[in-house]
Amino acid sequence: MSSHAATTDDPHAALAPLKKTSTGVENKKLAMWAFLASDCMFFGTLISTHLIYRKVYPTVVEPTEIFDIELTAFSSFILLMSSLLMALSVSAAHKGNIAGMRRFLLGTIFFGLIFLSGQVYEFNHFVRESGLTLSSSVFGSTFYVLTGTHGVHVALGVLWLSCWTACTLPKDWAWYTLKGRRFLWLPFRVVFAPMTGRYKHENALDVEVAGLYWHFVDVVWIVIFTAVYLVEYLPVFGF
Amino acid sequence: MASTVETEHHAPAPAEPVRDGIWRRPLKNTGLVGFLTTVDHKKIGIGYAVGALFFLILGGIEALIIRAQLMYPEQEVISARTYNQLFTMHGTTMIFLAVMPLSAAFFNYIMPLQIGARDVAFPRMNALGLWCFLLGGVILNLSWFFPGGAPAIGWFAYAPLTDRQYSPEMGTDFWIMGLQILGIASLVGAFNFITTIVNMRAPGMSMMRLPLFTWMTLITSFLIILAFPAITIALIELMFDRHFGTYFFNVEGGGKPILWQHLFWIFGHPEVYILILPAMGIISEILPVFSRKPLFGYPLIVFSGAVIGFLGFAVWSHHMFTTGLGVVATTAFAFLTMLIAIPTGVKIFNWIGTMWGGRIRFTTPMLFSVGFIWMFMMGGFTGIMHSSPPVDAQQQDTYFVVAHFHYVLIGGSIFALFAGMYYWFPKVTGRLMDDFVGKIVFYLMFIGFNLAFFPMHILGMTGMPRRTHTYKSEMGWDQSNFWSTIGAFILGIGILIFVIQAIHAYYKGKKSPKDPWDSRTLEWDTESPPKEYNFPYTPVIHARDQVWEDKYGVEAKRMEKIAPGEHGIHMPDQSWWPLITSIGLFIACLGMVFHKQPVPMTSEAVFGLEIVIAGLLLTFYGIAAWALEGPGGFHLHPDPAEYADAMPAPEDDHGHH
Ligand code: HEM
Ligand SMILES: [Cu+2]
Repeated sequence: MSSHAATTDDPHAALAPLKKTSTGVENKKLAMWAFLASDCMFFGTLISTHLIYRKVYPTVVEPTEIFDIELTAFSSFILLMSSLLMALSVSAAHKGNIAGMRRFLLGTIFFGLIFLSGQVYEFNHFVRESGLTLSSSVFGSTFYVLTGTHGVHVALGVLWLSCWTACTLPKDWAWYTLKGRRFLWLPFRVVFAPMTGRYKHENALDVEVAGLYWHFVDVVWIVIFTAVYLVEYLPVFGF
Repeated sequence: MASTVETEHHAPAPAEPVRDGIWRRPLKNTGLVGFLTTVDHKKIGIGYAVGALFFLILGGIEALIIRAQLMYPEQEVISARTYNQLFTMHGTTMIFLAVMPLSAAFFNYIMPLQIGARDVAFPRMNALGLWCFLLGGVILNLSWFFPGGAPAIGWFAYAPLTDRQYSPEMGTDFWIMGLQILGIASLVGAFNFITTIVNMRAPGMSMMRLPLFTWMTLITSFLIILAFPAITIALIELMFDRHFGTYFFNVEGGGKPILWQHLFWIFGHPEVYILILPAMGIISEILPVFSRKPLFGYPLIVFSGAVIGFLGFAVWSHHMFTTGLGVVATTAFAFLTMLIAIPTGVKIFNWIGTMWGGRIRFTTPMLFSVGFIWMFMMGGFTGIMHSSPPVDAQQQDTYFVVAHFHYVLIGGSIFALFAGMYYWFPKVTGRLMDDFVGKIVFYLMFIGFNLAFFPMHILGMTGMPRRTHTYKSEMGWDQSNFWSTIGAFILGIGILIFVIQAIHAYYKGKKSPKDPWDSRTLEWDTESPPKEYNFPYTPVIHARDQVWEDKYGVEAKRMEKIAPGEHGIHMPDQSWWPLITSIGLFIACLGMVFHKQPVPMTSEAVFGLEIVIAGLLLTFYGIAAWALEGPGGFHLHPDPAEYADAMPAPEDDHGHH
């Protein structure tokens, strides 16, 4: 079906056949919603584990002494802003504005990478300075596995959006532009070059679906930021 | 009969070749390559069924060895450790590798036909589910061949027994990673079925016209996507405990073993409905056909199925009454558990109502269905007994519980799945199974099952603990154990005859017409076996029991048919990538098992995370290549004679889905 749609230039017309389902919602979107419902339970389980163990052996670690709340608040803000850029990418995609979509996607990716760098820095810092490791206490166990799982979600999102960005590039873009710079050229050639030149109007749906995932991962972060970081600063919950 | 007049492959135009990865897309749909690359829900369904039957036999052999050990007091047929491994592997195999995949086989094969769909929503993802199921079964059973052997932790693997300290061998890691990959199989399947049922119904097939089996597929899929995350995370936490020194379930660093029990049963209780709801769906299809009456109280059965699924998430702690939850929690969980008896009872009365006053034909599927109602009720009654905490305190960890759950799992799920296999065999293979042999199988299974498991109630009430390697003669358990073992072997013989009968009927059975049972639902309107494209026309549905109405109903309720457009029927291309992606996951899981573990030949730990990373890279490569290759597709043109009575397709139609 997609091959027929690809021949039209109008992005709305390209997407119309995908909506021909019993509910009018595209299959991919519906499946993504189902996945997100499931992912809620994944994070729900991890967050509950963390909260259950939060006050076990509080003398071993005092989270507020370890956290660098300003830094985490900043990277949380950046992640939220990436959602805005993601929304703009989806809107551009639906209008058929590919160059604009690419710009916003790159912005989303960039913000996602800032968030991830913040997390890498934070993990390093906690391990080196505060001695908080996976096996230093159960707090370390739940903290790293929970925030680490979220980090993996963000990283997968970045990879996913990068693939769509690569798809919008002219065919074999990486080949020509990066040829002189071997260190950049080779990974691009291997990973992203096969994707270049593949974006079609009906792929706006795929970008939208990736966007659903991205927004979800951001929303989950707000919950994690509250349940893991902010709670520790509220006097009512402290000791 | 050549129904395919012309096939045109949407091959990329030669001027601009598109590289789709290392292999060209497979086009041959027969032979080994055809099977390994298939995206056809029917072939995938058969793959699930054959795999599940294989594991049913394997788990059955494990059970028979257990029973041989318990036949006489103080025997030493197998060692205590082997015994522990056997009940662990038996329970895990039966639940995750036999009953669930056998249900999935019907989801795959029957559900799309029942809703008049061309295939499931994501055919390649469906193939991924099949391969993950098979490879998960392989991982689990590979444990037998490595030092330390199979896991010996029980099917619910309670902490702290699973800690590295108490179970140092790799068996437990095989169990963890095997379950993890099986979870992926169930999850991708469930996303697919939900999308298919919600989105790909034939025109006119409203939700309240869905066949009951399709409804139960939908509810089960929702249970899967909401329940599996709990065990997935619990398994990840356990994996971290064993490999990376975390303390999730380890008291040394402040962890609590009881958390495992909560997480496991938050998954585990919905899981038992994942095992029984498909069975209930099958029964609800078969009873009306052989009673020649519509299903009594259709909306009530649908609704009570949904209520059971919903309540299933609120009762997990009834598995933990004896851990001391506190009065309030215990009371609440006891109350909610008793509540589930209501929708379950509603279903049973509706099934009885369906048969009431009907013209009943006791064919093999019908015998199994009636057997299901009776045996499932027995298991239900003992279930209600231990919903009461003081009673449960007496029964916990005794053979009474073993009797209870085998009544619902064998008398319930397995009987219904056998009913389903006898019922749909002619549709799937185009051959009939002999009814007389079928009845022999039923009576052997029925008698063997009751002989094996009824005495266990008494054994349990007189105090015989479950998971016990042997017992003293003075306990007075000799007689019951002896007869129980005899019964188990009779049950085993019944299942064996079924397998032989099925293989024989597949090659030598009489040819089956389209609709051998005088059935009611849409799958009986296609050929037996159905063509690759399922329906040569788009069915337009006007009634709940559409095929019945077509045969006996009024004109206004007859099905309409729309012919395929000039493009023919759109079919997805085959693909290697689901298989390759699952192999990537398989390697990653194996790598995790071997992580820092002594492997054969060396006593040293040689592997860090290299294999895991290699496996994950292959997985990502598979997914990327999968996405780049796209669904592809070609068009089939059925013989116009197949849709002679159909209306022409509307102008803008590009073939149906
Ligand atoms: C040939 C038929 C079967 C026989 C003879 C049989 C026999 C047994 C016996 C004797 C035990 C208790 C072992 C012990 O506690 O020491 C057991 C445990 C169990 N069986 Fe079966 N069984 C059969 C089929 C099934 C089926 C079809 C299922 C599931 C669908 C199943 C699920 C289980 C489970 C979950 C356990 C608990 C394992 C554990 O304690 O960890 N069994 N079986
Ligand atoms: Cu339960």
